[in-house]
This record gives sequence, structure tokens and C-alpha cells, in this order.
Amino acid sequence: MSYPTQFRYTKEHEWIDLKGDVATIGITDYAQHELGDVVFVELPAVGATLTTGKTFSSVESVKAVSEIYAPASGQVVEANTELQNKPESINTDPHGAGWLVKVKLSNPAELNSLMDAKAYEAYIEEKKKEASA
Amino acid sequence: MRYLPKSPAERQQMLTAIGVKSVEELFTSIPERYRLKQPLHLPGPMSEAEVIGYFQERAAENSAGYTSFLGAGVYSHLRSVVTDALLQRGEFLTSYTPYQAEITQGTLQAIFEFQTLMCQLTGQEVANASMYDGSTATTEAVLMAERVTGRSRVLVARSLHPEYRDVLRTYAKNSGLTVEEIHYTASGTLDVAALKSSLRDDVCAVVVQSPNFFGAIENLGTVAEAAHAAGALLVVAVTEALSLAVVKAPAEADIVALEGQSLGLPPSYGGPFVGVIASREKFVRQMPGRLAGQTTDQDGRRGFVLTLATREQHIRREKATSNICTNQALCALAATIHLSLLGKEGIREMAEQNVAKARFALNELEKIPGVNRTFPAPFFNEFTVEFPRSVKMVNAELLKSRIIGPYVLGPAYPELTKHALVCVTETTTRAQIEHFVAGVRAALDQPL
Amino acid sequence: MNDRIKKATRHTNQNEGLIFEKSSPGKRAFDLAALDVPPANMGKELGEFHRANGIQDFPEVSEIEVIRHFTRLSTWNYAIDLGMYPLGSCTMKYNPRVNEHVARLAGIATEHPYQPQHLSQGCLKVLSLLEKCLLEITGMDAITLQPAAGAQGELVGLLLIRAYHQKNGNPRKKVLIPDSAHGTNPATAVIAGYEVENIKSNADGQVDIATLREKVTEDVAALMLTNPSTLGIFEQQIPEIAGILHAKGALLYMDGANMNALAGITRPGDLGVDVMHLNLHKTFSTPHGGGGPGAGPVAMKKALEPFLPLPVLAQKADGTLALDFNRKDSIGKVKAFGGNFGVLVRALAYILAYGPGVRQATEDAVTNANYIRKQLEGVFDLPYTRPSMHEVVFSDAIQKKHGVNTMDIAKRLIDYGFHPYTTAFPLIVPGALMIEPTESESKEECDFFVDAMKSIAEEAEQTPEIVKTAPHTTRIRRLDEVAAARKPILRWKP
Repeated sequence: MSYPTQFRYTKEHEWIDLKGDVATIGITDYAQHELGDVVFVELPAVGATLTTGKTFSSVESVKAVSEIYAPASGQVVEANTELQNKPESINTDPHGAGWLVKVKLSNPAELNSLMDAKAYEAYIEEKKKEASA
Repeated sequence: MRYLPKSPAERQQMLTAIGVKSVEELFTSIPERYRLKQPLHLPGPMSEAEVIGYFQERAAENSAGYTSFLGAGVYSHLRSVVTDALLQRGEFLTSYTPYQAEITQGTLQAIFEFQTLMCQLTGQEVANASMYDGSTATTEAVLMAERVTGRSRVLVARSLHPEYRDVLRTYAKNSGLTVEEIHYTASGTLDVAALKSSLRDDVCAVVVQSPNFFGAIENLGTVAEAAHAAGALLVVAVTEALSLAVVKAPAEADIVALEGQSLGLPPSYGGPFVGVIASREKFVRQMPGRLAGQTTDQDGRRGFVLTLATREQHIRREKATSNICTNQALCALAATIHLSLLGKEGIREMAEQNVAKARFALNELEKIPGVNRTFPAPFFNEFTVEFPRSVKMVNAELLKSRIIGPYVLGPAYPELTKHALVCVTETTTRAQIEHFVAGVRAALDQPL
Repeated sequence: MNDRIKKATRHTNQNEGLIFEKSSPGKRAFDLAALDVPPANMGKELGEFHRANGIQDFPEVSEIEVIRHFTRLSTWNYAIDLGMYPLGSCTMKYNPRVNEHVARLAGIATEHPYQPQHLSQGCLKVLSLLEKCLLEITGMDAITLQPAAGAQGELVGLLLIRAYHQKNGNPRKKVLIPDSAHGTNPATAVIAGYEVENIKSNADGQVDIATLREKVTEDVAALMLTNPSTLGIFEQQIPEIAGILHAKGALLYMDGANMNALAGITRPGDLGVDVMHLNLHKTFSTPHGGGGPGAGPVAMKKALEPFLPLPVLAQKADGTLALDFNRKDSIGKVKAFGGNFGVLVRALAYILAYGPGVRQATEDAVTNANYIRKQLEGVFDLPYTRPSMHEVVFSDAIQKKHGVNTMDIAKRLIDYGFHPYTTAFPLIVPGALMIEPTESESKEECDFFVDAMKSIAEEAEQTPEIVKTAPHTTRIRRLDEVAAARKPILRWKP
């Protein structure tokens, strides 16, 4: 899968896509692949505050739980409640239907310190090399 | 030694294969001065007959030959010999926790049946594969309510079993929960007015036992209404599970914490027993303890697995819903077999016999001048009476007739100084009840 | 099928539905004697609380159906009675049948915890003797038999530590836990109200002394240590570890899950441990029964004795035994009615059978583990090479090269007639194979196991697919755990 060029990416494998002042956040294809089949997603309520670097959600597979860290700060305006019924969307369409939350950012400039698609692809190449070493 | 399958020659062969001359060489990683030079001072070794002999001697030093009227959270009921015959099958007795589902379908299907039976019994939507016992299940239910509501105040009925309240307090001390007691009224049930005046939006749970410690059946509808109006959950503890065969299931409860000892486990001087948490489906991810779920294998056959394991300690570690690792699988299996044997009609009949015998005992006791029923609320197989003189004195006299008298309420309830909790089950004969009543009468007739 | 599979063969396994699916109104499996008192009018007795229609959908079957149902179910289980469980840190040893017999004796199984103490001297003597034996084995000063399992024992241990520190003026904030620890350790520490600080193991899989020295401050209440570690390796520097902790007023808690490597050889109390729990369903042979009941007694040094849970077993002036509830510094109760007495009886029966000869069991356990290690070294990767005690941890690094991981190897082991070893634990060894054979395994069973593991290693290289899609010979193949977690079905419905 290719990594959308308009997204920004974190070292913890979250992506963030800013449109206007609302950003959509999800986890990357690399992350869903590492996690395996997703069985359950815990999402924050609408109105909840996200703080950069702090966990705001968790994604569960059968044998593991992954904490998801906020790539930027803001307030949740929408949560992807479809994931309650179809958690597998995170596996099949991690950059699209598998989105987690939509957030009104308090400081959109925070995105500038995140990786772009090219940098992120290089980053995960390194990770894959480390794993097979 | 008969449990060790090695001959001296085989031990030697294995040591040679390892590359050492003696077994001592395998312990060199223990600093020399901490390796024991002498055998431990332990009794034995005993042959099988000697082991049995030891315990037979201990058995003779207990209460053999006495009739008991004790309940108070531990009940004597009939158990079929079929239960032990099945429990002692090696494939059940000596099997490990069913983490490898393909070779533990026996255990897993039995757990699934247990969970189903517990839902049917309690009127709840989902039940777990058991907790240690009713007292820890009640505490875990409160912690679950704390997680669900995010609040940390608990209102607990004073008529909840004293030891259950003690256990809750021990756990609460370290978890930031504050526990407050709500009194009972003259009817023997929870003082709902007092409950309402204590309920605020910081209460996570209202905990009530039914039938309560005094034997009285609580009006759960009114308690539930009050709790829910304040956004709190209703936790109902059940210590006498057999009551649910004839008493309405606590469907108004958000969480039921059940002690299953009455369902096929002997009193065994206090354990092992089997606790269960049953609740609404929406709370299942906050529920502690193991859960067996139905699924299919790659060929489409129905099978069962432990599921929702991400709640548990081995995955969540610090963030687990509980630190519990074990459940009481063999005890839960005993209950599953026992309930399958009793069946829908058998359990009802057994429960009705309890009601009939307890009512008979109360009627006979009330014929004794000065002996009065304390609480008018309906009861199952336990009730509270007041004696005109000290219960301890009456019990001391009863012992002379080889009767273990009722539970003395005074120590745990200083406001009930002359009161006794009498329990009668289907195992008590009419003759034994009459003997007991005569003994009480005689004791009360004694000169002061 | 592979002709190197010697221990297992295929046999016909019956299908069996749920007990509810056999139910039919009017069938009975149990009869009661006739009522000898006037029957009760249920509507009158219970009024609005009467469950007039009984328990909906409760099963109705006959006695033979119950016998067949559960007998058939039992044939689907692997068990110690059938063969070895190489599960690391589980100590799946023989569950002696005499233990079952004595636990069921009239006068042992039948006693009520509230009956008069003078009519319970038999029970109290059993508890007292077990206490003495466990104190002798652990080298400690005081003990409680109340905790219902290892995890509850850990909690009691931490509550005792907290009470001790509180009495000294400061409950302290943190508990240090090695990254190799069992999951119950951090989960328990949090419930006891402490913060967990993980401490990384060194290259030998042991506690790093320099790191420990740095991390132990007056904010640290205790270190929770498993010894031997979950790698099966003895923590050689345990006296130094104890010293570092004690110097800052902190305590050493030992997780006694691996006591099967130590009983009769060394005593934790002598090594500097302040408080520890035992798993009676591990070292002391009480049956696992598919997942419990267990018992987790906690033994401690004198300093922690005042905080023991209630009640404490005591001897009166006249020599009789009694339960003492009058202990003002006690942490309270963690469970109603005392400990799991039925489990405690079984553990005592085990100890009485062995006597001082319990050392031989430990020696055999360690011999078996080292024998297996020697035969499989080179076949499987051994990440930590220090001497093993009663268990050994390999990794799947060699087999991974062919796309086969520890989970696959474990599932293929089932076809060879064994229960899998512990996979994927401890977390510090990626792709771990944790193997503990216990003293109950004969040389023959150990040889079957070694042969099976060698054969699977060859298969991993030559025919990896057969390993990756195992097991092939069970009644049920690999189950869809994902579906079970996504849409949980947790009960039968009509």
C-alpha cells in the first residue's frame, strides 16, 4: 500500500490529514499489519481533548493492545463509531474507512514537525531491516 | 519414591548425557553457603495408608455426629456421587487452563455451559467463568462499577455478609474507594430512605445482598430505581444460590456477584468455593475473569475458546481489569454437573423443601415462650429469631445434645444482642428439627 | 502421518452437543426423599418474589445422559494423566490420587467454617502442620494460608509490605518489577496502590545490579523478583539484591512460582527474601482442574508478622488451636472464610508423602530440564546460556528463517502427543519456547519429547507448511479467535 502524500506521520505509526482546521487521525498500514486482525477499538467521546504525545485510544487484536498516541492537540469533533461494528476496517482500509477520530486542532503548526510520506516510508524500511537482523 | 518415575540407573544415564557426574553439579549456580547441607525437618515420608490414616485421625477430631443449623454464607446441601465420579476423571482433574483450545475443548465447552447456567439462574445477559468466591466476586463487581462510572463512592448494605464487607474494605483501602454502610429497617431489609439521602452523583455502586445476611429477601426494584436515578450501578450479592430456583432472579441488578458453593460444593471448612460475576452485555469488556466464547474452526466446526483476553493480566499487565489469573474451573465444573443433574424440576423441588423445612422450624420455635421472629420480610432457608436469653448459652446447652446451634449475630451486629440466624436445608430431617427445638426449649427453661 | 510420531495416534472422538441441546421437559437425573414436613405454600411464603415458573431453559436430562455428556467432553482434553506438559513456570506435576481421597473424607470435606473451634481441632491441626512445613521449606518466620491463588498471594504480599512501610511512617510509591516478570506482578502492584517501574534485565537475563542500585530510592517499597527467573536461571546475586534494598529500607518480594527448583536445596528466607508467595497448585501438586482452584500462601519474615490477614492460627494455653481475630495491625481479610481448605489438605498430603525426601523431587526436576536442554541445544536457539534450573528457555530464531515461529512449533507438538510448552513468554525473549518438564516425567517421556522437538525442527526446515498449519490430528483445528473477540458469543440461547 502506498502512503498518501497529503498525510503526515508519527514515529508511533499514526497518520494525520488536515483539511481546513479539522484533522482526521488513524493508524498506518504498517501498524495494522504489525497488530494483526483488529477485534476492538476504544475511542474517546466527542468533545474530549487530545494532548500531543498522550494516548487517546487503543486498538486491540486477539493477543495484544496497542495504545494510540495523539499526533497533535485539539478537541474531538467526530469519532468513527462504525468501527464498533466493523473493527476490521482498520485492517482493510487503514488510511480511509479505518479512520479513528476527527479533531479540531488547537495548533495546526504542530504538523510541521511530523514526517511526510517519503520520510515515513524510509523510516519503516529501517524498522523492517532492524526486525530481520 | 512412588511419584518419581526414575530408577537409579536412569538417573545416572541422564546425568551422563548432561555431562555431569553428580546431581550436585546442577546446583552450582546457587552460592555454596546457601545450599542446604541437611535434609529439611519435615514429617514423613509416609506410605499411602499412613497419609490416609493421618487425615482420618484429623477427621475424627471435628464435628462428626453433630447436626448443624449453621448457614451464614456456607450451606450444606445434597450432592450426587455422580459429580465426584466425573470430576475425578483425570482429563478434567489434571488438565491445564484451556489456553490451547484444540486440546481442551472438554473444559471450554463445560465453561460455556456454566456461563449459560449462571445467566439463566441470575437473569443476566453474560456471566464469567468464575472468580475465587462470592466475597472477592462482590469486591470485583464494585471495582467494575468504579471503572464503568468513573466514580469512587460505594454504598453498602449493612445486611451484606460481614466477611464480604471486610474483604471489600481491605481492597478499598488501596484503591481510593470510600465505602459507607446503609442500615436496614425493622422489616430486615435495606432502608431505602436512608439510601436515597446518601445517594449523590459520586456513587459508583449500591451493594445489596439478597436474601441478605439475616435471611430476608430484598425488594430490588425499589433499590434499583434509587440507584439508577443517581447514575449508580446496582450490585446484588447472592450467597445462597439455591434460592434463585424459587426467588425471582435479580434482573434489576447491573452486576450480580454470586457465590456458587450451594450448587454442588461441600462446605470444606471454607473453601474452595466458586464466585461468579454476571452482568449486562454492555459491560462485558469491563468484566474481570476468564470468558469462554463460541466460534468455529477452519473447517466450520463449532468450538470454544477463551476470549476477550485483552482485559486480563497477561496482556494488559499494569492496566488489567484485575490481577486474577486463575478461575475456579474444577469448582465451576462441579456446579455445571450438579445443575445438569438437578435440572429444572430437581432444583425447584430441592429449593421448595428448604422453604418448607425452614418454615416448619420457625413455626416450632415460635411456640417457645419468648422466642420471636425478628424480621417480617419473606425468607428462603434462613431466618433471624430473638431469644429471651443469650444465644451463646443456648448453643452451649445444645452442644450437649450434639447439636451445633444457629449463628450468633451479636458479635458482628452489636445491635442484635440476643439474635440468632437459623438455617435449615433439605438435609435436615423433621426429627432433627424437633430435637433442635426441644433443645432450645430446654435451654431456655434452665434456671437463671 | 509422519512415522517419527511415536507417542500419539489418531483415535475416534465422539461429537457431543451442549447439555441444553439434549434437554427435554420431564426428564430427571436426581430424586429427593419425600418431604417430611408440611409443604410450603410458595406464593404465600415468598409473595411477589416467587419465581413461579422456575428457571427458564434450565436443562432436563437423565443421569446417564449427564454421565455420557461429561465423559465424552473429558475425552477432548489433554491432561497430566495422559502425558507431559512442558509448560514453563506452571510445574505440571503428578496430582497424587490419595490427595483426592483425603480431601473428600467425611469430617474433612463436611466442616462448616463457623462451627465451634473445639469441634474443628482436626481442621486446625491440618492448617497448623501445613504452616510449619511450609515455613521449614521456605525458611521464613510466619505465614498465612488465606490467599486463594498465586495472584491473590501476591496482593497480600504487597499489602503486607504497604502496611509495614505505613507503620514506619511512609507507605512509599513504587514497586520495581523486572521485565521478565509474569503479568500478575505488575497487575497486582497497581491494585495494591503502587506505581510500577520496570527494570530491564541484563544480557544474562538477570537483574542488573548497577541499574538496581540507581533505581532503589526511599520511594521504592519493594522489588518483586521471581527466582529462579522466568528464564529458569538462578538469580546468583540475590543476597546483594536484598542488601541494596534493605539499605534503603525497601523489601524483597519473591514470586514463588518457581519453587520447584529450590525445595529442599535452598531456602528463600536464607537468601534475604522478606516475603514471598507459594503456588500450591504448582510446586505442591494440587490439581489444576482446567484452571483452578489453587492456593497462594504467603510466608514472611518476623517484621511483617503483625500485619498478617485475619484470622491468625494460634495455640491456646491448654494446647488447643484457635483462630485469633484480635490483631490490631492486620491488613484485614482478603477472602471470606479462610483459605481454600480443600486445596490446603491436598498440599499437606503431598508433603507428608515425601517428607524430607522432597529434595529428590527437586533434583529430578532439575535433571530433566538439563537433560532436555542438552539434547536440544543447537537444534533450537538458546538466547541465555547460564545454567538452567528446572526450566529452560529457547527461541524460534533458527526456525524463523524458514517462516516457522514458536506458535507453529507448539501447535505441531500437539500432533506428536504433547501439550505445547509456553509460547511467547517471557517477553524479553522474542519467539520464546519455555520448557519445564517437572520431576514427574520419566526418561522415556523426556526422550519422546526430545525426539518430537527434533523432528519438528527438521520439518520446519524441509516441510514448513505442515508445521505452520498444525495441528492436523485434533478433533477441532485452529479456531477463529478473531471472530470470537469481535462478536463474542458467551452463552447458549434457545
